[in-house]
Amino acid sequence: MSIIKTEKLTYTYSQGTPFEKTAVNSVDLEIEEGEFVGVIGHTGSGKSTLIQHFNGLIKPTSGRVLIDGTDIRSKDVKLRDIRLKVGLVFQYPEYQIFEETVYKDIAFGPKNMGLDEKEIDRRVRETAELVGISPELLKKSPFELSGGQKRRVAIAGVMAMRPKVLILDEPTAGLDPRGRETILGQIKRYHDETKSTVMLVSHSMEDVARFASRILVMNKGEVLCYDTPPAVFARAEEIASVGLSVPQITKIFGLLRKRGIDIRGDVYTVEFALKTINEYLEAHGRGGLENA
Amino acid sequence: MLKDITIGQYFPMDSAVHKLDARFKIVITAVFIVMIFSADSFLSLGLAFLFFVIAFAASKLSPKLILKSMKPIIPIIIFTSVLNIFFIDGVTVFQIWKIRITDNGLITSGYMIIRLIALICGSSLLTYTTSPIVLTDAIEQMMKPLGKLHFPVHELAMMMTIALRFIPTLIEETDKIMSAQKARGADMDSGTLIERAKALVPIIIPLFVSSFRRAEELALAMECRCYNGGEGRTKLKSLVSGGSDYAALCLSLLFLCGVMIIDMGRVVL
Repeated sequence: MSIIKTEKLTYTYSQGTPFEKTAVNSVDLEIEEGEFVGVIGHTGSGKSTLIQHFNGLIKPTSGRVLIDGTDIRSKDVKLRDIRLKVGLVFQYPEYQIFEETVYKDIAFGPKNMGLDEKEIDRRVRETAELVGISPELLKKSPFELSGGQKRRVAIAGVMAMRPKVLILDEPTAGLDPRGRETILGQIKRYHDETKSTVMLVSHSMEDVARFASRILVMNKGEVLCYDTPPAVFARAEEIASVGLSVPQITKIFGLLRKRGIDIRGDVYTVEFALKTINEYLEAHGRGGLENA
Repeated sequence: MLKDITIGQYFPMDSAVHKLDARFKIVITAVFIVMIFSADSFLSLGLAFLFFVIAFAASKLSPKLILKSMKPIIPIIIFTSVLNIFFIDGVTVFQIWKIRITDNGLITSGYMIIRLIALICGSSLLTYTTSPIVLTDAIEQMMKPLGKLHFPVHELAMMMTIALRFIPTLIEETDKIMSAQKARGADMDSGTLIERAKALVPIIIPLFVSSFRRAEELALAMECRCYNGGEGRTKLKSLVSGGSDYAALCLSLLFLCGVMIIDMGRVVL
């Protein structure tokens, strides 16, 4: 059974006022357990609105959202249970930090779940280690940390709740390249270690292409495609036509194909590109490239 | 939830009321309020209300908005009118045990309800049809004479502009922080009073932090643009009054006269 399922999900902001706007339009989606889903789309394409449905923060104007088989709108469902099942990390999550120490802030979520002290302690330390927050930092005030560290503390606060689904809304926004790498690597590690479902909303096709097992492309409130990365990038031209860019390496392969070189078009990581080029060169009787 | 607050919200539209000079709109609103409080009979109150209906129809706004702006003050209206019913002396209409309800009590609370509703309606019409920036601009110009008495008119207007400008931003921010804490399992809708007060801490602290951050950023941005107070500043869009503004003002004064004549007539008779 799919962990998240939507049926004709539609959401309209400010219904009945001059500011009325449909942000999500008739979305049908099924996300399987254990996937790493990359969500991509322009500002205003409805990504953020869509993901807020998944933990019951907003309810559909029409249509249904099923989390682990339960409709978030049915009467006997407790929204808090849904929220514990689906962890949501907002954009700029460091603005939600409020506790005196880093430890207490990470413990806020687990504490709300009603876990006992020992379990909370175990989870806080485990998660802090996972996101690279050293034990001595746990005793510090979160407001003394650097921007990147604060971001990681905030993400750890949600991860420590061990949700079945972890959704992150642009976790790397406003960070330098090194900070981005660190956070993306840690999210990947979290996915591998906990075997949970992860949804990563991002602007960068490169980031999504590297980690996602499936990619969801949103455009103007509708799903343009939801498929594996090779299948999505095979439609590179269609994606480019709605103004989203495919990874640079995919662009290069597209240009090569245009020049009449018979090479595959669904290449999206540098490693795979290298392999493909080597195969091509060998097939044409020339020596391969050195591994970079 | 917080997004339902409509007080102070501006709905840009193209209508006669939107186009009026903001200074005139403030004066007309004041005239309307005088009208409501000087009206002393249901007939004259009705006339004052008619003025509002005309103004509202001219603004092309949806009547739903007025109902929405009324929502938050319903408890106040009920509270004051109930108090009035019980504590004003007059001829007893009916009595249960020691509680007496008098004709005067009923009439006074009736007036009270109508006046409160009219007050909210009138002032929301002003803010619905005038952008906050223009509104403070108008207030600044109207208070200019006070500047001669060394009253900091410009500073006050600037503070008002900034405060008004940041209301929606802070509401949005609060909404975001609340969502984020709810996503972390914070429970704000149940529990005892003390528990609920405690549940506010995770919202108020981040809100304070971000307000200070915003204030600092804004101050820096203003200094970078060489802001140094009101002296010598000119306006990009200065307010201009025209024939329609005077016509609207005359109309409101006419209604005010009408209200007064009706009540005087009653007194003489």
